[in-house]
Amino acid sequence: MPKDFLKHAKNHYDVVVIGSGLAGLTAANILARQGRSVLLVEQHYKLGGMATWFKRPGGHIFDISLHGFPYGMVKSCRRYWSKEIADSIVQLDGVRFDNPMFSLWTSFTREDFTKQLIEKFGVEEASVVAFFDKARGMNFYDDQTTTARELFDEFFPGREDVIRLLMEPITYANGSTLEDPAISYGIVFSNFMSKGVFTFQGGTDKLIHQMEAELKKSGVDIAINCDAQKINLEGGKVKSVEVDAKGAKHTIACDAVVSNANIRQTIFQLVGEDKFDRGFIDDAKAVRLNNSSTQVYMALQPDDQLDVHELGDLLFSSTAPKFETDALLSRDITSRTYSFYYPKTRPHADPRCLIVSSTNAHYHDWADLPEDEYADSKQDLCETTLDALDKYVPNIRERVVHVEASTPRSFKHYTAHPAGASFGTKFEGLAVSRALPQQVTGLYHAGSVGIIMSGWLGAMNYGVIVANEVDNQLMSNSSLSTAAAEQGVAEDVAAS
Amino acid sequence: MQTDEIREEILDILESIAPDEDLSTLDDAVNFRDQLELDSMDFLDIVMELRKRHRVQIPEDDYVELASMNSTVTYLEPLMKDIVKA
Repeated sequence: MPKDFLKHAKNHYDVVVIGSGLAGLTAANILARQGRSVLLVEQHYKLGGMATWFKRPGGHIFDISLHGFPYGMVKSCRRYWSKEIADSIVQLDGVRFDNPMFSLWTSFTREDFTKQLIEKFGVEEASVVAFFDKARGMNFYDDQTTTARELFDEFFPGREDVIRLLMEPITYANGSTLEDPAISYGIVFSNFMSKGVFTFQGGTDKLIHQMEAELKKSGVDIAINCDAQKINLEGGKVKSVEVDAKGAKHTIACDAVVSNANIRQTIFQLVGEDKFDRGFIDDAKAVRLNNSSTQVYMALQPDDQLDVHELGDLLFSSTAPKFETDALLSRDITSRTYSFYYPKTRPHADPRCLIVSSTNAHYHDWADLPEDEYADSKQDLCETTLDALDKYVPNIRERVVHVEASTPRSFKHYTAHPAGASFGTKFEGLAVSRALPQQVTGLYHAGSVGIIMSGWLGAMNYGVIVANEVDNQLMSNSSLSTAAAEQGVAEDVAAS
Repeated sequence: MQTDEIREEILDILESIAPDEDLSTLDDAVNFRDQLELDSMDFLDIVMELRKRHRVQIPEDDYVELASMNSTVTYLEPLMKDIVKA
């Protein structure tokens, strides 16, 4: 009989948080700190969602999504987690681009981008300044019909090289494309440009373990290996959550649910289409999932050290003549983003150099491959990546001691996200996520949606925004019930 | 709580939210955003802190009332008049 991870859970919680991605973790922590009783359930055996890592024999630890996030993470971690966590956030040493159009190094700040756009790309200073100001002034309630490409064409007409410089890193960060709304680009780009790109020193494992310790301090009950299968309603309100703890079934009563599952999954699987208005369901059905990814993980021999000043921390490489969405997602890979991990990533551990190559990908290109073909395709992904990387790390084939690949199928397996979506949903997902509590009292969603609320910082802050709404709702519940009780007493008195 | 007590309370919350800011020179008539580096998440934190400390509920539509110290205190006075300062 496997261990029942919900054995010690209470029968009722103010809030059940489903899923432990950064949005779920943060919402759980905030709500517990506000004095709410919180149960956090996670289907996987690890907390963190896409903020994750894995270990391989030989002392190798691979991070999936550690590099990098905007400076805003420092403030959010200090405020919603701890000073200790915030203090481990450090700036990356350098970001590099290499493609047929240009090759350059940058600190990835507005200052440096401005300088390079003027000096290297020969763009008028006035256009650069106007572009940055426009991007920084964007809000999510602004015009949504302008696409990122239209925004670029306004300031840098005909400059495919400039578009590539400005767009490629954001595509890596959140899966957005030239066809997505300009505001989702502008907001995320400006966040990065304020100070540059940051990472968490100590690795994803250290971050998540510190967060777990904070959650316990805040009083959150944490249950891993627990798959939420159904959210039960009564009279249009959330009533309970059915959880499968590896065979042991539990029904946990609660007043609110924060689902950190994908928004579509929350609506169609956890609750059920029949519980919502027709118009809302139409909107929910129209929400497009964002794409997935493939990654190749490579570990070097323990004494083989790479030089950060030569390679940088992030390298956006491409052999495609120009930047195009279709080419980015194609099985015929031409663009790879390399994250180089040096001993500085985990100063407390054995010095190791690792490389993770990431490429955006379509789930459907991988979903239906027969097992042998799937295995061959993964092997091919490893081989072609090694070939491509040889340009930057000579003789890489002889130098690696471990190589393996993940695909959209791997992401689906570990995160339980439909189609292995690694960046949530496209823009329209945000409005559906926001409207959820108007459909069902006590039902909330926090997680990667709408491109803006994705990435580590976006997900974390969205968790805070939603936690605030949940807390407000729970307080209204209690004051409503007090008012009802007082009314009842008054009627009793009047009747007697 | 009286006007000055509410002001003290807001200052205390601001200190925890923006520890690097010098609040001694704060102009009560000027918008917070024009003199402090506050973003929308910071205003959310003020709302959450007031709810946690005093069970004061501020609907989302009223967040605009928290623009300056003067407008915040004026808005909170009727909501906090029965609260006894700890």
